Amino acid sequence: MNVIEARDVVKRYGEFVAVDGINFGVAGGEFFGLLGPNGAGKTSAIRMMYGFSPVTSGRMKVFGMDIETDWREIRTRLGVCQQENTLDPDLTVEQNLLLYARYFEKEQTRARERAEELLAFFALTHKRNAQVIELSGGLARRLQLARALVSDPELLILDEPTTGLDPQSRHQLWDRLAELKKRGLTMLLTTHYMDEAESLCDRLLIMDHGRIIAEGRPRDLIAEHAAESVIEIEAPDAALKDYIREHQVKHDDLGERIIIYAQANGTLESEVRARFCSAACLFRAGNLEDVFLRLTGRELRE
Amino acid sequence: MNHVDLHAISFRFRHVWIRNLITYRRIWRVNFLVPLLEPGFYILAFGLGFSGLIGVVHYAGLDLSYTRFMAPALVATACMWNAFFETTYASFVRMYYQKTFDGILATPVSLEEMIVAEIVWAASKSAAAVTVMLLVLIPLGYAAFPGALMCIPLAFLAGLAFAAIGMYFTGVIPSIDMFNLPIFLFITPMFLFSGTFFPVSGIPDWAGIFTLLFPLYHLVELTRYFCIGAMESNALFNLAYLVLFTVIFGYLALRAMKRRLIK
Repeated sequence: MNVIEARDVVKRYGEFVAVDGINFGVAGGEFFGLLGPNGAGKTSAIRMMYGFSPVTSGRMKVFGMDIETDWREIRTRLGVCQQENTLDPDLTVEQNLLLYARYFEKEQTRARERAEELLAFFALTHKRNAQVIELSGGLARRLQLARALVSDPELLILDEPTTGLDPQSRHQLWDRLAELKKRGLTMLLTTHYMDEAESLCDRLLIMDHGRIIAEGRPRDLIAEHAAESVIEIEAPDAALKDYIREHQVKHDDLGERIIIYAQANGTLESEVRARFCSAACLFRAGNLEDVFLRLTGRELRE
Repeated sequence: MNHVDLHAISFRFRHVWIRNLITYRRIWRVNFLVPLLEPGFYILAFGLGFSGLIGVVHYAGLDLSYTRFMAPALVATACMWNAFFETTYASFVRMYYQKTFDGILATPVSLEEMIVAEIVWAASKSAAAVTVMLLVLIPLGYAAFPGALMCIPLAFLAGLAFAAIGMYFTGVIPSIDMFNLPIFLFITPMFLFSGTFFPVSGIPDWAGIFTLLFPLYHLVELTRYFCIGAMESNALFNLAYLVLFTVIFGYLALRAMKRRLIK
């Protein structure tokens, strides 16, 4: 049985369709990614998962239960790390954890033990009596994640958990998330950082305009929609463009730059290197960002 | 899920009440100075400055000094201000600036429970403030002992009424600056025309009808009854009005907050 199961889920705000009939499932123990440009419907989808927003039509099931009717039971078993800081600024780090555990009616001695574990796990023990208002962005984010875990959830929903963090904090958070995955926690992540999704997620889907436009494992998506190997060529000349047309090479023409999708160590790669790389050429591995931009386009959304 | 679900209200609301209490404990020493000192200021100012002009006030067949007439009204207005400010400015800050409500709504606590907790918390603050005021008024002889102690549960009940209408305004107001409007159009006239500073029997009948709609009028009558043992209306009617007001605006508050928060 899937932990999350979305069937023809639609979310409408008046006339505007934010989520336009999505179907997907997340298996137990999976690290699942939900990607898409701003306004694609990610946050709406997430809010329906924990029963914050009502589903307009279709069915959203979590732990095999319907979120419309069994929202309280479902919310007891999942944790949400929201995009915005929703910590209590007037309370200490430890109080934030203990009071949040109360909402789950967690027994107080057990809550204290759990808070202790989480303070250690997120390297917050030395800050236990600090006021939240004094915490840096990275510390606050760690605390918010710790708070989402205080109820010992079976599913953790992470809405852009690393946005705005410095590289050190991001890496530390990734490290903690990888550790949680090892312990068997099911996680659902949204992010705008493709490297983050690529390295953390077992499987992911890309949404645009409320619909799912691709789904699969990061590697497979890269192979299918981009390529193992990518060549970026600055200021392409006519000869290169002719060559591309002649050989029907998979590419994107950005005007001042051409991106060629090739197989690693294939003939295309060596030929391009030999014939067209007198000026600036960049050879690199294909990544999820290529997939994302190819599928959702390069135009600004807002 | 967009309509108010009364079945979603359980005793679980107490956790949000406790959250507010623990947050408040950090600043209570400062906050308690207000109800402690406020009656002193008023009684001093009106006693020294006003009594000479007015002499005695005729109320419910009694001749009262002006300060004795006014002291019970101070208890009532403190109850009103405490509850109303809590569910307007303080709740708005929690909802809009601190995102506290968003955090709570990711837990098994329902929106209905969270709003009930805010209202009950505000009423608790009213009762606490009135308790502190009585510590001043009873020794000074402005409130009869032990009858005046009834003002404490009464302040809780009336606090629910003022908190409910405050919460309703929080549910419909676009920005925090706009609370000036309900304060200017509703709270201020109520503060002045509820038999607080002069007996309602002295004003024309047409104006008295408006007074009857103000929950503060009913509360002032009741606090006066418990503090000096006399009133000009029917205590049961006053209580019934406060309960009715709480039920109506409690429901409207839930509906407004649900519309505002759940999209």
